[in-house]
Amino acid sequence: MESEQIDTAREDSPAKKKNMIKAEGVKVWYDDFMAIKGIDMKIRTNRVTAFIGPSGCGKSTFLRLFNRMNDYVEGFRMEGNIRIQGNNIYSEKINIEQLRKEVGMVFQKPNPFPKSVFENVAYGLRIQGIKDKQYLQDKVEASLKQVALWDEVKDGLNKSALALSGGQQQRLCIARTLAVEPEVILMDEPTSALDPISTSKIEELLYELKENYTIVIVTHNMQQASRVSDSTAFFYMGELVEYDKTKKIFTNPEKKQTENYITGRFG
Amino acid sequence: MMRRIKEFFIEKTLLATALLTVLVTIGIIAVLSVEAFNFFKEVSVWEFLTDTQWTPLFTDKHFGILPLLSGTLLTSFIAIAFAVPVGLSISIYISEYAPRSFRKTIKPVLELLAAVPTVVYGFFALTVVTPFLQGFIPGLSGFNSLSAGLVMGIMIIPFISSLSEDALHAVPNSLREAAYGMGSTRLQNAFKVMVPAASSGIIVSIILAISRAIGETMIVAIAAGQQPRLTLDPTVPVETITAYIVQVSLGDVQHGSLEYRTIFAAGITLFIFTFILNTISYRIRKKFQEKYE
Repeated sequence: MESEQIDTAREDSPAKKKNMIKAEGVKVWYDDFMAIKGIDMKIRTNRVTAFIGPSGCGKSTFLRLFNRMNDYVEGFRMEGNIRIQGNNIYSEKINIEQLRKEVGMVFQKPNPFPKSVFENVAYGLRIQGIKDKQYLQDKVEASLKQVALWDEVKDGLNKSALALSGGQQQRLCIARTLAVEPEVILMDEPTSALDPISTSKIEELLYELKENYTIVIVTHNMQQASRVSDSTAFFYMGELVEYDKTKKIFTNPEKKQTENYITGRFG
Repeated sequence: MMRRIKEFFIEKTLLATALLTVLVTIGIIAVLSVEAFNFFKEVSVWEFLTDTQWTPLFTDKHFGILPLLSGTLLTSFIAIAFAVPVGLSISIYISEYAPRSFRKTIKPVLELLAAVPTVVYGFFALTVVTPFLQGFIPGLSGFNSLSAGLVMGIMIIPFISSLSEDALHAVPNSLREAAYGMGSTRLQNAFKVMVPAASSGIIVSIILAISRAIGETMIVAIAAGQQPRLTLDPTVPVETITAYIVQVSLGDVQHGSLEYRTIFAAGITLFIFTFILNTISYRIRKKFQEKYE
């Protein structure tokens, strides 16, 4: 991994910064294949930012840079800088486990641990060494309430999470992420495996969550992007083609490519 | 027309081979049962299960299976106590830490351990491990269950490491992503998520290894001695059920005599043990398959 200009100093600002994530000159290769061809981007704090684009355009790869999930992919190589809250997350000094507590992730397919509902939500706290039962209980309850799952599971907290429906599992995965109080939540097509009702529940949730979290969501669903996001970024062939307010992108895009994609002419 | 005849013969041949294995199994069980039944006509089951001495070849005959059983369980216990931690560590290392290329080379190499003839292991235990251990344990007898058990443990490591690694490898990658995504370290991922998720497969691998250890013959016959003794002391000679069967089969005991029938009584005891273990592992495996589909 190449990371130029190692700099872990925080940019000084007392309150939360306007931009949570800053990417500068980011290039990514998988062996010889160049997946991201130089992207600069700023992602606003406490907003929902949607990444759209056809399959293989690099949007998921780009999203997974923010919590360093690509590190496990063989042949992965990167250039450029990504700063989250001013910290260069590809610096040698960064603690990856700590980073992932700050930058949570929800995946395409619901992936609860084969443990009880309670243990799924408590997992992130337990691996931090928290043993206080009352604290764990309160935190689990609060997190499940945040995703509106509490009423559905409160009588079966000790039942296996695998017994829940797909939509419930995905909300559980979101609750699990919320329990460790991240700053950023990355969502990689979180509703693509869900039915429409579960999907709309999660979309409603996003609306509430953005008050406290910065959310970046990859989606293949144009309607979803226009419904839930404040800003939208259109990726194509490893490049960021257009990035603007969602309203602007969907009503009056600058680039022809963007217009073709959102109107369904290709992709 | 020719083709249909050919198909017919192929089908029947396949059926015959399948039936053959079933028949052989039934035959073995039948012989075991009949001979054991004849044995128990002369020696009561109660005596067989409670007498603490096994001396069927002496003038003062005792037919208590306990000494042989304790020898078998003791050597197997030592083997398992050694092989489970080592085998599991190997499987976790290969599946969660090592680069993929390493997995490809190391797995076949490990499985070679299972291909070494057990008689070689037996002599290894007797001529290498025992003298080596005698350097640390002064009272260690030349034949003992400790070195036999340890070497048997080496032999069954690949059973545990390979099958457990398969189980760990079969855990969906999405769970690994979930664990890392939550900020788990590699160690936390391995022990808090992967091992619990693969637990049924790991348990099956351990049960199969126990079953293999209980049935193992050559190593214990060579290195553990041939003295039936009711003891938990790993430094003295013992005799396992299998070693006893070898001893009598090779000796000049008269066919059809009571002494001869003791090997069937011992054999059926062994069979019941491994049968129970295999049934348990089959049940667990079935449950495991349902869980992931």
